[in-house]
Amino acid sequence: MRTMLKGIAASDGVVCGQAYRLVEPDLNVERRTITNLDTELNRFHQALEAAVSDIETIKTRATKNLGADSAQVFSAHIAMLQDPELIAAVEANIKEKRVNAETAVAKVTADYEAKLQGLTDNPYMQERITDLHDVTKRLTGHLLGVTLPDLALIDHPVIVVTHDLIPSDTVSVNPQYILGFITDMGGRTSHSSILARNLNLPAVVGTQDATERIPAGETVILNGTRGNVIVQPTVDELATARREMKVRVANQRRLESLRHHETISKDGVGVMLAANIGTASDLPAVLENGAEGIGLMRTEFLYMDADQLPTEDEQFDVYRQVVQSMAPRPVVIRTLDIGGDKPLPYLKTKHEDNPFMGERAIRQSLAHQNIFRSQLRALLRASAFGQLRIMFPMIATLDEFRQAKAIYDDERSKLTTAQVPMGKIKVGMMVEVPAAALLADRFAQEVDFMSVGTNDLIGYTMAADRTNQDVAYLYQPYHPAILRLVDRIIHAGHAAGIPVAMCGEMAGDPIAVPLLLGMGLDEFSMSAGAVLKTRELIGQLNAHDLQSLVETALNSASTSQEVITMVQAAVPGVLQK
Amino acid sequence: MEKREFHVTAETGIHARPATLLVQAASKFNSEVSLQYQDKSVNLKSIMGVMSLGVGQNAEITITTDGDDEADAMNAVAETLKKEGLSD
Repeated sequence: MRTMLKGIAASDGVVCGQAYRLVEPDLNVERRTITNLDTELNRFHQALEAAVSDIETIKTRATKNLGADSAQVFSAHIAMLQDPELIAAVEANIKEKRVNAETAVAKVTADYEAKLQGLTDNPYMQERITDLHDVTKRLTGHLLGVTLPDLALIDHPVIVVTHDLIPSDTVSVNPQYILGFITDMGGRTSHSSILARNLNLPAVVGTQDATERIPAGETVILNGTRGNVIVQPTVDELATARREMKVRVANQRRLESLRHHETISKDGVGVMLAANIGTASDLPAVLENGAEGIGLMRTEFLYMDADQLPTEDEQFDVYRQVVQSMAPRPVVIRTLDIGGDKPLPYLKTKHEDNPFMGERAIRQSLAHQNIFRSQLRALLRASAFGQLRIMFPMIATLDEFRQAKAIYDDERSKLTTAQVPMGKIKVGMMVEVPAAALLADRFAQEVDFMSVGTNDLIGYTMAADRTNQDVAYLYQPYHPAILRLVDRIIHAGHAAGIPVAMCGEMAGDPIAVPLLLGMGLDEFSMSAGAVLKTRELIGQLNAHDLQSLVETALNSASTSQEVITMVQAAVPGVLQK
Repeated sequence: MEKREFHVTAETGIHARPATLLVQAASKFNSEVSLQYQDKSVNLKSIMGVMSLGVGQNAEITITTDGDDEADAMNAVAETLKKEGLSD
């Protein structure tokens, strides 16, 4: 029966195709007594081989997307499945107890788990229990005749239906076969959405129960522009969706012709379009979409995807790779923004009642200088390989910036003494705390550049958590209060002769772009998938004419909706949103 | 039979990555390769065995190789320990 699921429009576009459920199947094991020993041993070995083959595929994909180092964990998984002692123990259990292979596997792996659990003085080994679980599940799945789903195992075009995506899922994605994403959880700014927009794939998130309502292999239409999913669509709906897919492909082709162009408005005002990235694996998408630089590289994933602090050398390798691949284009790397909502499990952080207002980002860095200094040294060393800019997050006071800059200067002079090669580095700040936005003119005297972080600036100005569905309506990028702050920052920067960038979702938003261009924003940094669309849009706009739109919006708009209406009236035909 | 003692210098001990590389190195040889730590001895070709010892920093471990290619096996294991910065 035809049903429609509603969710949040996370990444534009319409696609139809078959659902691939990225959901763990039922892996409950029933204990059976066996009659034919050889059959059972055979079954066990076939399942081992199938599981190893799965992991080899996943490992190949991870190596391709992220490099050999990150794929190392899968070598450990394969070694577990080829462990002679583990295999012998399972075989012995099958023989002695006359039980089915599933039961024997469960017993033997539980014994190993107990041993790892007992290593209370070695947390690293305790964490390997997760690896053992992963491997056991895959092996058990094959014994039960089901393959544990994995993005890397997809080998034909499908729409992925899952509970939620995590940053590390990027590792396994083969964009050739993934048409789009449907998730139960998340909002426009959650990881699932960011990942989909980076890959330029349509996505609907926050459907609550898509994984319960969409059976495997079912035909669905995913509408990432309107935020809905049709299960078992009618013939007419399918025909419409296919037409829209064709238009999308044609649009894509047209946009691709802009890949190597500069970004210039109709009346000749040039701006820079850059991309936001989270890991080095996002680089191919950045280059494919013709970004003129990296406006924000988040460094959290380096720390969050690990089970210990990354060493200076590990960080240097990643930063160097990014800076070098982008050279001579500029790369802005933001120092660590963790704490509070993004705690690191291996760092014992205090519980905070209000983590968004707690010891996060630069506050955490200044309080734990060893982590900060090691990151700065890695960045300083990487600067020799291209055009690096360093940006401090969550600066609220000038004193914080001065302290951070002093630590930077200190590390720089130590490396200079040690004759380590380094490039010229611009050191700037994120403007995302309202206090800093209001005092931007003072900051502009001391920083090399400013970049407006809109996600947090909107959050702190409206006092609303964007991931909380109940107050998500307060996330209003076009609200006059936000526009006034942004305008103030841009003017403060220009008065002091420094460039102003924006690196939040707002920078690629078609309603916001005309306003930002009119205000004189120098650099727009967005998810890679939005770069070409924005370049096309800016090419159709007349920057000087937009100044009067900006003036009206700043001086006489009272609500977000009024601003939207003003933009649509000023730029007819360009915007349909 | 060859026997050699090592002092584990790495801060994180023999964690997942080096354990995998040690097992891969040992598995290339016919000889029996074992790892002794405190009063326990495990097969160095078994990653679960190696991990379940939980060898931490400053541990004193003994590697034993026994078989027709025992000298080569010992060298390969020693080299892996050194290369991974586990031991001097």
